[in-house]
Amino acid sequence: MSTAAQPEIRLAQRPVSSDRFPLTDPTVHIAPILIRTDSLNLFYGEKQALFDINIGFPKNTVTALIGPSGCGKSTLLRCLNRMNDLIDGVRVDGKVILGEQDLYAPGVDVISLRKRMGMVFQKSNPFPKSIFENVAYGLRIQGIRDRLVVQEAVERSLRGAGLWDEVKDRLGESGLGLSGGQQQRLCIARALAIQPEVVLMDEPCSALDPIATAKIEELIFELKAKFTIIIVTHNMQQAARVSDFTGFFWLGKMIERDLTERIFTNPKQQLTEDYITGRFG
Amino acid sequence: MNRQHLDAELRLIKDGLLAMAGMAEEMIKLTMKSYAERSNQFADSVLGMDTKLDDMEIKLDQACIDLLALQSPMASDLRFVTSVMKILPEIERIGDHGVNIARRASILNQLQPVLPAGLLDDLAFETSSMMRRSVEAFVASDADLAREVITSDDKVDEIYDHCYRELLRQMLGNPLCIERASQLIIVIKNWERIADMATNIAEEVLFIIEGRSAKHQYLNKKPTS
Repeated sequence: MSTAAQPEIRLAQRPVSSDRFPLTDPTVHIAPILIRTDSLNLFYGEKQALFDINIGFPKNTVTALIGPSGCGKSTLLRCLNRMNDLIDGVRVDGKVILGEQDLYAPGVDVISLRKRMGMVFQKSNPFPKSIFENVAYGLRIQGIRDRLVVQEAVERSLRGAGLWDEVKDRLGESGLGLSGGQQQRLCIARALAIQPEVVLMDEPCSALDPIATAKIEELIFELKAKFTIIIVTHNMQQAARVSDFTGFFWLGKMIERDLTERIFTNPKQQLTEDYITGRFG
Repeated sequence: MNRQHLDAELRLIKDGLLAMAGMAEEMIKLTMKSYAERSNQFADSVLGMDTKLDDMEIKLDQACIDLLALQSPMASDLRFVTSVMKILPEIERIGDHGVNIARRASILNQLQPVLPAGLLDDLAFETSSMMRRSVEAFVASDADLAREVITSDDKVDEIYDHCYRELLRQMLGNPLCIERASQLIIVIKNWERIADMATNIAEEVLFIIEGRSAKHQYLNKKPTS
């Protein structure tokens, strides 16, 4: 009997975090957790803003945090690099563990911690400096003076942010002269220059037009090969397009976190279903 | 996403699908009648309804594509729209099978019956019942009823096999009935296919309700040595 070759159906390989899901599906690959929270609570004075958050962010994946305004997703993002420390009256208990290190343990050097995590904000915020100096800034404050090293890092970061070809002939011009989308990619390049492990993005496309948004989304897809990305977004289509995992937050609680395709096709929690189908409010 | 707008469009699609299903059911009823009453007058009505059914399928299919493009439905809404897009051609095909059966009525009604009385009626009754219940399961989001429909397919297959064996037996015993029996084999095959389509509809209903495919359950069974 002749054995005809079986036609092969190629499916995109989906990541699965090592903290859950039995690995029975051949289309998944295991991704170890790089950063996670352990019973994380946050208080603004008396008011509790995060309740017992336990979430893991697998290495080299994109996790989207979604939920209505005030649900705590940006607060959680800022917890991860201890930016909430800068706000008076904020109290955090629980743990944030990056690799093996508890970021809230006594004696943690917050500056060196932030070198491990780049952050991109909602509104692009280039410094009033040249394009080159914007990207080189993080290296300079780390005390790196070697011109060649800085030049290489600037080019690598601008290439990484998909901006090099557009600005390579005008690196000395002000970063403020770039378009909104280019400014946001400049900020991404600045975040990449310090070679972080994690890139935090807080609604990075909310001020951009669809073309600039598409470029950033493509970039996110490319960047996850080198970085672990956590993105807060109000745009559910964007979360569906760019992320591997999605966490849904509501009133400071994490209601559900799962593979993105499961969240958007068959969420387990009714609250998640109601939110993503627009039945809230 | 405007929830009210989305709800209104989903309702229109659901109503349209129910109208299609209602028309297909009516076609099936008329087809059954044409055999029961040995009358040819229903075949033309069935043909006319099939044209309408085709037209409705195209319009509803386009409405689903528009809704996907413009409203980006998620979760249960997404499952509903994608499943409706699979149910529509099933209903349209049920109509086609109804036409096939009705067309043969005009030939068979001129000839002596070959199958024992009631056997063809049983097949038609069980099949039309599956069709009706699959639509009821869709309307009521009733997973238990959908499962019941899927199970009923075995009974239809059993009656089909019985009919088929009986027709073979008749043909072997009496070559003069070969033409009639051959026509009837086509008829019973069409009924059996309608039951398969009702099963497919029920499987889609389960997907809408439970979010996982109910198709090809044998793939989940471990091979027995």
